[in-house]
Amino acid sequence: MVGRAALAAAIGIASIAAAAVASAERPAGAASCSGCHPASARVTSPVPRLAGLDRAMIARAMQDFRSGQRPATVMDRIAKGFTDDEIQALAAWFGAQK
Amino acid sequence: MTATRRAFLGLGVAATAAALRPGRSLAQGAAPRVVVIGGGFAGASCARALRQAAPRVAVTLVEPNPTFTACPFSNAVVAGLRELPAQRFTYERVAADGVAIARALATGVDPTARSVALADGARLPYDRLVLAPGIDIRWGALPGYDEAASAEMPHAWRAGEQTLLLRRQLEAMPDGGLVVISAPANPFRCPPGPYERASLIAHYLKTRKPRSKLIILDAKDAFSKQRLFQAAWAELYPGLLEWVPLSKGGNVTAVDPRTRTLVTDFGRHQAQVANVIPPQKAGRIAEAAGVADRTGWCPIDPATFESKLQPGIHVIGDAAIAGAMPKSAFAANSQAKTCAAAVARLLAGEVPSSPKLINTCYSLVAPDYGISVAGVYQPSGGQLVDVPGSGGVSPADAPRATRAAEAALAEAWFRTITGEVFG
Repeated sequence: MVGRAALAAAIGIASIAAAAVASAERPAGAASCSGCHPASARVTSPVPRLAGLDRAMIARAMQDFRSGQRPATVMDRIAKGFTDDEIQALAAWFGAQK
Repeated sequence: MTATRRAFLGLGVAATAAALRPGRSLAQGAAPRVVVIGGGFAGASCARALRQAAPRVAVTLVEPNPTFTACPFSNAVVAGLRELPAQRFTYERVAADGVAIARALATGVDPTARSVALADGARLPYDRLVLAPGIDIRWGALPGYDEAASAEMPHAWRAGEQTLLLRRQLEAMPDGGLVVISAPANPFRCPPGPYERASLIAHYLKTRKPRSKLIILDAKDAFSKQRLFQAAWAELYPGLLEWVPLSKGGNVTAVDPRTRTLVTDFGRHQAQVANVIPPQKAGRIAEAAGVADRTGWCPIDPATFESKLQPGIHVIGDAAIAGAMPKSAFAANSQAKTCAAAVARLLAGEVPSSPKLINTCYSLVAPDYGISVAGVYQPSGGQLVDVPGSGGVSPADAPRATRAAEAALAEAWFRTITGEVFG
């Protein structure tokens, strides 16, 4: 009985841990973007929402901001802080959102 | 995954959690409890982000005020360009996300028993505590400047009544008067703030009281966005605004609130309006919790924002020593979401991932003239450092159209961030 209870509790913990892993897949840097890019559709801003934008378009924009090919106010300075892999991860993350 | 392997992993996690928190194990099925103290950009963001990242976690936000009054854009209120109600936000949406709001002052923390004491005598137990207390003024650090003095020489460095007091004093000042701002040594809340304030007050004087003068007495020889501010001042406010650095006698050593006099090593300035931005420290609960060091600020782990002095307690926002990250609302919000993700993982027995954080900070030099600084940060050597090659300020040679665009983006940023934190 004791063993069974422990097993049940352990499975509970495992599923909590799994959920935490799933929700923590947000890539490095992604938490900061909504400071300017509204997460909510209720906010009006000239800065675009990122959720659901085309993944390739996000990645291309970041690369062009980073290289200076695309004019920017602050995104050129911010994009320079991210590697190609990090840009791809950010693009995939926001592209997959609704 | 087989049941056996799953059980094995699970037992490992449970055993770790039990070892970390004696007497109360997640295996017993109780929801983890997180208490967040302070309902500003850092605390309110963190409480909401935690609920989203880990809905099972019971989150309580401790905040005595029914409304929050935001500091960003409060310099526009000082200069009569904006009204204070536009700075005020409530906690209704925070509560609607499932955050329990304890409208009380936190008076103490017992890190061993893991509980927070409230002013009404209640105790809130926690598994992890997040402190987001913002700043407190170091009363008495500047001789003559105590709480009573702030009624004559407002600091206006926590938005609200002080903001309005400074505005009323400017409105009451006759044309031809002298306004003096004293700016403190680093570190302090909002590094470009004193210079944005000087700019917008200069704009007010130029348009309403053009024979007046503004002097900034500075305890430093350099400041945030300095070249951009100084170029804009030369263009917009020639002869009206004077900056006196430390090396030219700018350090204010004492004040006399009765005569509104500021004393420096080089002389005395009697002002009609004196805005004393005094030395600061982490909000006082940080000291009570034992997370502030001798500097008055709170050393933290750069990946989790967990205190280096008290395990189980995290510190975010202006109170934290966040290395290269400035004490700004954007940084506070960015840190809050990073900390929330780390706390969610720690409560689940997981290892937090290594973050990157961003700061973007706009300043208005005039209503249609904005400048910015941005940065990207990552943990390195136990501290948050600039990612090499990233960040910087607006270009020195940008056309006025860019300055106007940045002024508009500043307002959009305020709508966006307050929408995320409180909306």
